[in-house]
Formats: sequence, structure tokens, C-alpha cells
Amino acid sequence: MNHLFHDVVFFILAAVVVVCSILTVTTKRILRAATCLLFVLFATAGIYFQLDYSFLGAVQLTIYAGGIIILFVFSILLTTPSGDRARKLKNSRMAAGLIAALAGAAVCIFLTLTHTFAPSRLSGGELPMKVVGNALMGTGKYQYLLPFEAITVLLLACIVGGIVIARKR
Amino acid sequence: MFDFSVVTQWVDQFLRSFMPAEMAVLAELILIGLCLLSGYALIALALIYAERKICAFFQCRIGPDRVGPFGLLQSFADMIKMLIKELIDINHVDRFLFNLAPFVVIIASVLAFGCIPFAKGLQVLDFNVGIFFLIAVSSIGIVGILLAGWASNNKYSLIGAMRSGAQMISYELSIGLSILTMVVFAGTMQLSAIVESQAGGWFIFRGHLPAVIAFVIYLVAGTAETNRGPFDLPEADSELTAGYHTEYSGMHFGFFYLAEYLNMFIVASVATTLFLGGWMPLHMPGWEGFNRVMDHIPSIVWFFGKTAVVIFIIMWFKWTFPRLRIDQLLRLEWRYLLPLNLVNLLLMVVVVVFKLHF
Repeated sequence: MNHLFHDVVFFILAAVVVVCSILTVTTKRILRAATCLLFVLFATAGIYFQLDYSFLGAVQLTIYAGGIIILFVFSILLTTPSGDRARKLKNSRMAAGLIAALAGAAVCIFLTLTHTFAPSRLSGGELPMKVVGNALMGTGKYQYLLPFEAITVLLLACIVGGIVIARKR
Repeated sequence: MFDFSVVTQWVDQFLRSFMPAEMAVLAELILIGLCLLSGYALIALALIYAERKICAFFQCRIGPDRVGPFGLLQSFADMIKMLIKELIDINHVDRFLFNLAPFVVIIASVLAFGCIPFAKGLQVLDFNVGIFFLIAVSSIGIVGILLAGWASNNKYSLIGAMRSGAQMISYELSIGLSILTMVVFAGTMQLSAIVESQAGGWFIFRGHLPAVIAFVIYLVAGTAETNRGPFDLPEADSELTAGYHTEYSGMHFGFFYLAEYLNMFIVASVATTLFLGGWMPLHMPGWEGFNRVMDHIPSIVWFFGKTAVVIFIIMWFKWTFPRLRIDQLLRLEWRYLLPLNLVNLLLMVVVVVFKLHF
């Protein structure tokens, strides 16, 4: 019975993800697409919370919903006149997109079916914050300080590049 | 001190006595939702009344005094008026986004409202990343404001929304960093644990200099985050009519209005929880009798009392300072508050590492 509840919640979230993902790529208006993407990211965060992984859920909300989507919306507001609609796709492009989507789906399904997953629910409820923090900032095996620093350098380069491109001459 | 988990456990056992465990959980979820929403609405009404009265006293007026004793029922009457007003359909707008925007704003604010520890044992969401979750969900509200401005198809709304977005994104940095300073001091992000660890003294006293700096920065940034004066450029009435909610009518406008006041409450209660001890009574080390007297005041009174003080300070800002220009606003954040905040974070780390706190 308890499993039934979890299943019901999961299927609701999954349905939101599927429906909104399809709407994101089929809608003609760009801001609607961004909003649908926002719902996809919300539902993904919901799945993380359902798995008791609240840290990842909160990160998903801040980075994607609170950061990236706002950047998208901002750039749409600054660049697109309202009432602007996407042009109809050419058939060749539609076909290429479909093939790419099907190939991606095939790879995902293949991996999901062949990979053996660890138990999806953590045994002791939420993961303690200290464990996450130590894994992120440690230098030992299965710890992520080096990738973390590499990504910060990469992001810094991106920021500097963005400023160089955007500054007035 | 009275522990509210007695009440919640009694409700839990009462429900479980006549229905299966899963149905009881479902019923509790619905009950909690109803309690949260009605608390949300009641607090917003109380705040609107308080704002009108305080504003009136600052301007040497009396304020609402006709409906009920001291005008106490004025905001209830306004609520009923708002509920039965017509929702006007506007031509040439993206209707889906236009109608969605107020709900995004209000959902973000209700989610953040659910995290707050109101009293001993009276808290709905208590993740071990509690304060981080609270920042995360409250940042969603910006999306709603941007959508509202864009979907209204109106230049004033769009300018208001852009200003609001720029302002909230900038000041979110300050809020996040000042909260991070206190998380460094507390050593945990769980809101209940943060409150528990202030039993020996509130953080603003124990953390002395860095905590006081973080408190001041948090208050300034929190006022800006809620789009209130002197940072109320997004809805500067003299230039933009009403900013991003110009085109909204009836209860859709009501949602923006409610969320604005509730966000002020959330900012104040987070300040209370992080700096002023949440629902913890004032304890002086060594004063046994004094501590025992303080323990007799219920925890919920402590929480709402401290929150009311912070809210009064925020309202005091609004009715005292003139409005900033947008360049002054952004300069204040990026040139002054952010560097100060980073230095303060470093100072707090030094204080914690060398155990210089009380």
C-alpha cells in the first residue's frame, strides 16, 4: 500500500515530465517552451525528493529552475519581440530531428535495460549533508575536489570570454 | 515549554484509530495543506492591516478605523471585495502564461512558508538541507514575475518585470552569502537544528561582529528581494503605474499582493530563525530565575514576537527612505554589499576556526 502511494506520485511526476518535454519542443512560442522546460525541471526535482535525495532536489531547483530558466527568460525578453512565433520546420529538418531523437531514446533505453542499478532508495532516510560536503571537497578516491576545481576554471574562462565578446569597443 | 508535537501526534493517533495508516497519511497531508494555506492567508491579512496602520502613523494619519474596532476587519472586507471582483480578459496577451504567472509566484512563496519552524514541534518541511531548500524555492518566484511582465504585452509591465528580475537576481547573492555565513557558524543547514543550537544564546550575540554584519546585510538584501521600498522600483507607481502586475485584476492581482506580503514575512522569519534564535526564549547564562521566567512564555509567542519586530523594521525602511534609482540600487549590491559579504564570510570562518565566538 505504501508502495502504491510512491508509485502514484512517481507516475504523476513522470507524466508531467513526458507531457511537458513534448510540449517544450512542439510549441510555437519560445517563452512557452521555456515555461514547459521549467515544469520538466520541477518534476525532475520532485523525483529527486521522492528518492529522499533532498540535496540534489534543492540543487536542481536553484541551478536549473532558479538560474538557467531565468537566464533563458531574460534573454528571450531582451531579444524577442512579443508575438514572435517559430517558423514551420522543413521536412528534411524534421526528419533529422526525429532520427536524432530516436537514436537518443534507443541509447537511453538500452542503457536502462542493461545496467544493474543500486537500490534507488537510501536506507537511512536523507543523506547527511556532511557526507555530501566531504565527497564534494575531498581529495581521496570517489571524491570530487579536482573535477570541481576544473569546472570552476572552465566557468571562469566562460565568464571572461563572455565579457570580452560583449564589451563595448 | 509546550511542545506542539503533542498536538500533531494526537491528531496522528486519532486519525489512525479509525482509518488505515495510508489513508491517515493522506488525510494528514490534506489537513496540513489546509492549515498552511489558511495560516498563509491570515498572516497576509494581518500584515496588510499592520502595514496600513504603520504607514498611517508614520504620515500622521489614523489609517483604517471604520470597519470593526480600530479598523481590524478592514483587510477582511478588502479580501471579500477582491474575491468577488471580475477577472478581466485582456486582448493580445499570451493567455496561458498570463494566467499561470500569479500561481508560480504564490506556489514559490507557499513552499518557502512551509519550511519555517513556527514553534517547538510546529514545522512542516524539515529537510537536512532546509535553509538551502528555502532559498531554492523562493528563487522560483522571479520566474513568475518575469512571465507576468512579458505576458501582459505592456511596456510598463515589461520594464517593471525586467527591473524586478535584475534586482532580485542581484540581491539573491547577498541573501545567499549572508545565510551561508550563518550556516558556517551553525555547522548545519537543517532549520530545526539551527534553532536547537541557539538554546545557549542567539546567534547574533554568540557570533558577535560577523553575525551582526550578516544580519544587517540580510535585512537590506531581504528588503530588496521582496521589492519593498526603498527598493520598490519594479512597481514605482509614479513611473510604471504598478509594474509587472499592472494588467492583473481581481484575485490574480490578489495573489501577487498576498505573495508580496508573505515574502516579507518569510524574510523576517528567516532572519528570526538564523539570527534571533527562532522560537528559542532569551536565555542569559547564569541567570537561572530569569531563564525560567522566559521559558514560561510559549514558543509560538517568541517566534511571532521576534518576527513582528523584524517586520516593523522592514516597514520602517519603507516609510522612511526615498526610492533609489536603478543604477544606485545595482551599485549598492555589486560594489558594496557583495565584497563586504565575502570579507564577512572570511571573518566568520576565522572566528569559527579559532573559536573566537561565545
